[in-house]
Amino acid sequence: MYVVPESAAPLRLGRRLFQSRTLETIVSPNGIDRYGQLLDPTFSVHRVLARVEQVRRQTAGSVTLTLRPNANWLGFEAGQHVGVGVEVDGVVTTRYYSPASSAEDDRSIEITVALHPDGVVSPDLYYRAVPGEIVSLTQAFGEFTLPDSHAGDLLLICGGSGITPLMSMLRTLHAQGHVGTVTLVSFAPTRADDLYVSELKQLGAEMSRLQVVRGHTREHEPGGTLTGHISAAKIKRICPRFAEIPTYVCGPPRLVAATERIWKAAGASASLKSESFTLPELKLDAADATGTLAFTESGISVDNSGATLLDQAEAAGIAPTCGCRIGVCHACDAHVKSGAARDVRSGKVRALSNERVQLCVNAPVGDFELFI
Amino acid sequence: MPATATTPPKKRPPSFKLTPEQIELFGEELDALRERVIEDLGQRDSDYIHKVMKAQRDLEVAGRGLLFLSFIPPAWIAGTTALAVAKILDNMEIGHNIMHDQYDWTHDPALDGHEFEWDNASTGDDWRDVHNYQHHTYTNVVGLDRDMGYGLLRVTERQPWAPYYLGNAVYAFLLAVLFEYGVAVYNMELDQIRLGRVSFEDKREEFDRTWRKISKQAIKDYLLFPALGGPMAPLIFAGNMTANVVRNVWAFSVIFCGHFPSGIEEFNRDEIIDETRAEWYYRQVIGSGNLTGPNLLHVMTGNLSYHIEHHLFPDIPANRYAEMSVEVKEACARFGIPYNEGSMPRQFGSVVKKLVRLALP
Repeated sequence: MYVVPESAAPLRLGRRLFQSRTLETIVSPNGIDRYGQLLDPTFSVHRVLARVEQVRRQTAGSVTLTLRPNANWLGFEAGQHVGVGVEVDGVVTTRYYSPASSAEDDRSIEITVALHPDGVVSPDLYYRAVPGEIVSLTQAFGEFTLPDSHAGDLLLICGGSGITPLMSMLRTLHAQGHVGTVTLVSFAPTRADDLYVSELKQLGAEMSRLQVVRGHTREHEPGGTLTGHISAAKIKRICPRFAEIPTYVCGPPRLVAATERIWKAAGASASLKSESFTLPELKLDAADATGTLAFTESGISVDNSGATLLDQAEAAGIAPTCGCRIGVCHACDAHVKSGAARDVRSGKVRALSNERVQLCVNAPVGDFELFI
Repeated sequence: MPATATTPPKKRPPSFKLTPEQIELFGEELDALRERVIEDLGQRDSDYIHKVMKAQRDLEVAGRGLLFLSFIPPAWIAGTTALAVAKILDNMEIGHNIMHDQYDWTHDPALDGHEFEWDNASTGDDWRDVHNYQHHTYTNVVGLDRDMGYGLLRVTERQPWAPYYLGNAVYAFLLAVLFEYGVAVYNMELDQIRLGRVSFEDKREEFDRTWRKISKQAIKDYLLFPALGGPMAPLIFAGNMTANVVRNVWAFSVIFCGHFPSGIEEFNRDEIIDETRAEWYYRQVIGSGNLTGPNLLHVMTGNLSYHIEHHLFPDIPANRYAEMSVEVKEACARFGIPYNEGSMPRQFGSVVKKLVRLALP
């Protein structure tokens, strides 16, 4: 999780009051957040909480939310992403989305979430998000951002909801009075899946050197500029100088890979920045005692023997704090960076990332990274 | 090596009436029950604890607010009551259960069992060690479970009598009134210094931490809030102290009903060597007792009224114990395992009787 750099947070009077010892004692041991939230549900001294201001549907397969974060939000750079945490069936689950709004607006952010019917967070937001709901946010992070000097021409390529970081770039450039030519090439399965149609029309009217090209991969368009998937010929037709100008691509892995191939063939890989959204796939075979078990704090890696995490740690010469050794007391709980583990009591395998696990009753399945 | 070599049978408590095979079957049933409930955890459990936390906060704010109006006697009574209930909810249904990691699966930072602090003199860290590990692993094992008398009382015949124990009932009364401090001191395991196992310096940090916790609570309840009330100061002071004492006596009563009523078994340390998970389950059932009563009793005890279920499944959300108890009780009946339960007056009466009787040899 992203940690707020202390120097970056302005030391406001309110913050100083919240940090006074007297107030801290008065609200101890629960902390002031619980009481502040009586007045404002997004109140928090350290956490970024946001209120859902607006919920709208641009297409049948997506939902667009306007969020208003509390004062802890440090803003973002166009192209970065932010973790959005919502409670789904009792579990706070975080997924990462790129704001589509202008980075010049530090009061609110807009995200567009594509519905993945088998997902966890996107169906929750799609079907259940309502104005007034509170979500938690991480600070923004990511390297998919505009260069420091970006006065010249730009080429932006996206597929599906990959349009969001590019939309943020466009809106930010517009707010900054950008003068260069910007070409946006946006792919979607059909016309009905096109996102930000009216917004881009309006932006086009205000930015004379914005060119928007829509491509549809599953719809035949007689006379259309772009039909089917991306290709070198199509890109050359739309933007003959494509190899010379900074280019950003964001979308599904296939689109990103195809774009990278075209730029590589043109010897222009250096001018292409890409971002893809993929779901990490974990092999969850309970019998699988393969892979490497890494103890990141100790700097030790061992071949996964299939024994419990506690036994393997001890065999590696690490002595984690532990108590009952039968899964009762949770004294041995430690943070998992990533991996899957089998609960030796039930035989069930669970994928874990950035959460705690009981070392004494869990055996790693495949590669496993543990913060001890 | 001869193929017929066998290990000598393990020494088991005389109170274990089942065969090892039966015990393992019983354990399998409880494991299955545990898995079923864990699979089913979800929104309703998260909603429940959030609802209790909201009630606790509202009661605390209302109680402290009303105490500022202490010049009206009913406001003092209502404020003190609300604050006492808030403190009980904080310690029992919220703090004790969250610190058992019952809600870690929610990944909600406010419900994080390793971070939570409660409105109690004992620090969360000490509590997690002494209570979650020592008491829950070695339940009712004389010499290992330090809850067996808290190093202060004689709660079983297995503790040899000494003239000191003539005051058993008096010590118990004092412990009830000062319970949170008693537990805080006891959780620091200062007797380890007396026994020469650790030095005072080793305990220094723990001692400082506990002292900071105690003084913060005392400054809050006995200095800051009375001072904010101006002329109401003495009444606010009295209200806060009453709320703390009510919480102490209540927590003491509930906890003593959990393991010390008559009919609950105790164990020796040589009887739990190489204990299996199923044997541990069995020992938890016959070493704990439940309280029967209305819903309000269960909430106010933090569901420690389902003490047997809590000891079987300490990291399962306590709001599930009621429904789990139906199956646990049924399985116990089928296996012929005693399931100790009774009303609070009955169980507590039996505890008092025991404490008085054990004052004498």
